[in-house]
Amino acid sequence: MSDDQLLDTIEKYLNGEMGKDERARFEKLRNENADVNSKVAEHKHFTGLIKQYGERLELEKRLNAIHDEIDIEVLDNELRIHPSGIVRLWRNHHSKISVAASIAIFAVLCTLFFTGYLSNRETNYAKLRGEVAKIKQSTDQLNSQFNNLSHQRRTNTNSGKFRGTGFAISSNGYLVTNYHVIEGNDTVFVQNASGDSYRAKVIYSEPQTDIAILEIKDPSFKTFGAIPYAFKKAETDIGENVYTIGYPRDAMVLGPGFLTASTGFKGDTTQYQVSTPVDYGNSGGPLLDSRGNLIGIINAKETHIDGTAFAVKSSYLLKAIQDIPDSVKGSINTNSKNILATLNRVQQIKKLQNYVFMIKVNQ
Amino acid sequence: MNKESNSGIPTDSEVILGILNNSESVLKRLYIAYFPMIFQLIINNNGDEDDAKDVYQEAIIILYNKVKTGDFELSSKLKTYIYSVCRRLWLKRLSQINRYGGDIKDFEEYLSVDDETEKNNERDIQFNKMGDALKLLGEPCKTIIEDFYINNRSMQEICESFGYTNADNAKTQKYKCLQRLKKLFFQQK
Repeated sequence: MSDDQLLDTIEKYLNGEMGKDERARFEKLRNENADVNSKVAEHKHFTGLIKQYGERLELEKRLNAIHDEIDIEVLDNELRIHPSGIVRLWRNHHSKISVAASIAIFAVLCTLFFTGYLSNRETNYAKLRGEVAKIKQSTDQLNSQFNNLSHQRRTNTNSGKFRGTGFAISSNGYLVTNYHVIEGNDTVFVQNASGDSYRAKVIYSEPQTDIAILEIKDPSFKTFGAIPYAFKKAETDIGENVYTIGYPRDAMVLGPGFLTASTGFKGDTTQYQVSTPVDYGNSGGPLLDSRGNLIGIINAKETHIDGTAFAVKSSYLLKAIQDIPDSVKGSINTNSKNILATLNRVQQIKKLQNYVFMIKVNQ
Repeated sequence: MNKESNSGIPTDSEVILGILNNSESVLKRLYIAYFPMIFQLIINNNGDEDDAKDVYQEAIIILYNKVKTGDFELSSKLKTYIYSVCRRLWLKRLSQINRYGGDIKDFEEYLSVDDETEKNNERDIQFNKMGDALKLLGEPCKTIIEDFYINNRSMQEICESFGYTNADNAKTQKYKCLQRLKKLFFQQK
C-alpha cells in the first residue's frame, strides 16, 4: 500500500466513510501495526490544526466585522481620562513653552551681562586695613643703615605693618576693633591721640561679625577713666547724623556723614550703611550719632562708590562682649551713661579722642 | 427569540450557549457589551484603539476556545473574567514594548489568570506557524488544502473548480500538498 493510499484510507476512516466490514478490517490492521496506528494519530492531529487555523481565521473575521460597527470616537470621548489643564497645556504646547522659556532666560542673562551685574562684585568691597608694608620696608632699610652708621641699638618703636582703629569699651583696659585688622595676631600695639602707647592682647574674636576684643596688658597702664560715650542697644534710624574718627593716617581724622541704610553690603543685616569718607585704616573706628552714642564699628567701604562705608551694628558688639568666655573675661562694664549728649561736636571729639586708638599690627 | 434578548448585555449563560451554538447575534452582543470596558482600560494605560481591539479580540478568542473545548468553568462573573484576561494580556504587552511604568490604572475588579493566557500563547504560536506554512505552500496547494480541510468542500467540487480530469488526480495532488505543508509546518522554529 502506497503512502497516498494509506492516507486516503485513514481519511476515510476518520471521516466515518467506511463500511462496517472495512472499518473492522482497518481497526484490526491499526491494532496490529503500530506504524499505521501512529500515522492515524498524526494525521488526525495535523488536520485538526488546519481546522483550528481555519476556525480562528473565521472567528477573527467575524469579530472584525462586529468591531467595525462600534463608534470608537464616541467611546474615546466618553472614556478617556483627560489630564488636568496644566498637564494638557504642557502636552499640547510644550515645544512653544520651552522656546519661550529659553528666550526669557537668555534675555535675562544678556541683561545681567551688559549691566555688569555678573562681573565680580566682591572686588568692590575692600577691607579698610591699612597696608603700610612697603613704607615699613623702606623705613626698616633706612633704620638699619642708620643703626649701622651710628652703632646704636634701635629702640623698639613697633610702628607695625598694618594699621587700623580701635576704641575703649571699658575703663579697665578693654578695647574693640575689627577682626580683619588683627587677624592672625595675638598681640598688637595701641596708641591714642595723646601718644600713650600700650601692648594689648587679643582675648576674643568673632570673624562672622568682624569683631575682635583686646585687653591692654601693659605694666604702664592704669585706667582709661570713665568712658564718655554710651553703647546704644537699639537700632538707629536712617538719616541720623553720624560721624566716625579714626587713623587712616598718623593723625586722627574725623569722618562726618549720615546713616543711609539699615543693612550693609549685599543686604547684610548685621551692618549699617553710612555715607562718610573713610579710608584704609578707619577699620575698627567708632561710629557715633550726634548725641555721642556709640552705634557701630566702621569695617568696610564700597570701592566704586565714594563715601559709602559699612559699620557693624553696636548691638552685635554688645552681644560679642557677652559671648566672651569667662576664662578670659575680666570685668567689662560697658558704659551706659553718656556724658557727651549735650555737648557740640568739637567738645565731644575733645572728650573722646583719648579713647580712640590706632591699632598697630606687627605681622 | 424575542426582541429584548436580541439587544443589550447578554447573560453569562446566554453567552456560553451562544458560543456553543455558533450564534452570531450572541457573539455580537457579547462583543459590544464589554468592549467599552476594555477600551477604557487600554487607552488610559498608554495604549491606543488598535491595542484595545487586539487585546479584546484575543481575550474573546481565548474565551471562545475554552468554551468550545468544554473546559470553561464560570467561577466568576464573565465581565470580571474578560477584564482580568485583558488586563493580563495588556500588562504582558506593555512590558514587552518597555512602556510599562510600574502601575496600571484599574477600572474593575480582577482575578489572577496567568495560565489561561499561557495556554493561549501556545495556540497563538501554532496559529501563526500554520498561517506562515500555508503562505509558503503557494497555489494551488493552499486553496486545495483550505477548501478540503477548512471549508469542507468535497473532492468532486475541488476537482471541478481546478479542472482536474478525474478525482484521483486531484486526490494525489492533495496528498502531495498535505505532505509539503506538514514539512513546512514542522520545519519552522
